Amino acid sequence: MTMSSKSFVVVGAGPAGMRAAEQLVAAGQRPIVVDEGSRHGGQIYRQPPAVLQRERSDLYGFEAARASAVLDRFEALRPQIDYRPETLAWQLETNTLQLLHAGRTRALPFDALILAPGATDRVLPFPGWTLPGVYTLGAAQVALKHQGCLIGPRVVFAGTGPLLYLVAWQYASHGARVAAVLDTARSSAKWLAAPRLLSRPAVAAKGAYFVARLRMMGVAVHGGITLLEAEGGERVTALRWQAGGTAHTTECDAIGFGHGLRSETQLADLAGCAFDYNELEQAWLPRRDAAGRSSVRGVYIAGDGAGILGADAAELSGARAALAALEDLGTAVSAPERAARIERDLQAHVTFRRGLETAFAPPPRWAVDAPDELIVCRCEEVTAGELRACVRDTGTHEMNRLKALTRIGMGRCQGRMCAPGASRLLAHAAGCELREVGRLRGQAPIKPVPIAMLHEQAPSTVVPEDQDD
Amino acid sequence: MSNSAPLLRRIAGAARESIEFELNGQRCSALEGDTVLTAVLTNAAKLRESEFAGAARAGFCLMGACQDCWVRLADGERLRACTTFVEPGMRVRTGP
Repeated sequence: MTMSSKSFVVVGAGPAGMRAAEQLVAAGQRPIVVDEGSRHGGQIYRQPPAVLQRERSDLYGFEAARASAVLDRFEALRPQIDYRPETLAWQLETNTLQLLHAGRTRALPFDALILAPGATDRVLPFPGWTLPGVYTLGAAQVALKHQGCLIGPRVVFAGTGPLLYLVAWQYASHGARVAAVLDTARSSAKWLAAPRLLSRPAVAAKGAYFVARLRMMGVAVHGGITLLEAEGGERVTALRWQAGGTAHTTECDAIGFGHGLRSETQLADLAGCAFDYNELEQAWLPRRDAAGRSSVRGVYIAGDGAGILGADAAELSGARAALAALEDLGTAVSAPERAARIERDLQAHVTFRRGLETAFAPPPRWAVDAPDELIVCRCEEVTAGELRACVRDTGTHEMNRLKALTRIGMGRCQGRMCAPGASRLLAHAAGCELREVGRLRGQAPIKPVPIAMLHEQAPSTVVPEDQDD
Repeated sequence: MSNSAPLLRRIAGAARESIEFELNGQRCSALEGDTVLTAVLTNAAKLRESEFAGAARAGFCLMGACQDCWVRLADGERLRACTTFVEPGMRVRTGP
């Protein structure tokens, strides 16, 4: 096999995927980049449709220069990249991806696969979270960046994590009335307090800046709160919450909430990658070495899909995974100094991340406090009470068993939204540690695909009956 | 805010071509570059009703992960509203 005949495939065109592609191009390869989005950028640097002209400074704020650098670089390299937007990788088997684009599926074999699928909001729900007007923090950002819309004119932002303050500030500076910022973690002055956060002083300073600006704009910022209920019949009209034993009601037209991020890991699962429980993330993540190699030969994992480290780290881990893939396939002279430098730089992000996750820990009492009538699974409307009753009646203490018995995680989202809550409820009800309940197994297709598409593929995969004659 | 007032509020990109589509049989206006979700929710306050309680839903994650914004077109086709761009003449149904 000649050097140029190796097939390098990258899934995801966010910071990790874009930098991985760049590294592969630099080594003389022509990588295939598959992405669900209509334009490159991922979620963090999501670009609006071309007809919706927006200034980068307006879209990305402090990160505009960083966003431009990576977006423009990818754009410049487009002739050397086989870029496939609006394409879903929905199955992965025996070193072959199945791709869905424009209603048709096709197989894509690979020699090296770099998975950079990113993350979504980690959601620990509260009563009323299915009402129109209640969105994730990520959704609030997508509405603004991709569609030039606010999720409502008067918004409460709630939950915890750095995104809480960033989105609240973005909304306040785009004319929304931010009715309150409600942090389930203790103190909003935590940005400069935690020593680990000072490992990246510029980022910590930005966080402190958002809080200070919000306060100057007259926005109420509260820490150590508990979310009680989103009120409203057909749409959200108010949020009830509690702090220090006192209940409050804040009127609003919309709520953006989330409790940090969770990695997208379905493709790594289908690839057969080994997973380990990660105490910091309180989640099962694909095992990988410092370079991004998974336990499966030829499969690499980069960016937030390998554990949450943020956009800047994603650029680094994307490049590092590409270097590893090139080295493993013998398609480039190894670059040990550059690789070592990237790994060293990544370490600062790991330290910072530990600080963040400590300062913005998800509410530890969530599973204790969740009322029985709380809908945990918004696809199938399975309640906390039903999950608890199942544990009581069957003695199950494993996520996939709970899924079989209650349909939790069996809906269209395949557990993306409900798994953080359901696993915590299961662990609490069964009296065991979160790691002991395991994780929902990934299933193909990893997102809904039209049945007509599967039919179209049939002629090439089904042997005609008269073949044996 | 009344129950029927639109959910989303536009703050940018007003200078775009408008697109006419149909929402539950009513002619509505959206803008070029709108997703179906944006097109519907700048005109109304819900996208669909849940299959179990029949409660109003209006999407949740807006990034193709939660699958809570699948809507039906008049011809029966189903599509994910947050990742599909609205097209002229599209006939969207948000009710049963």
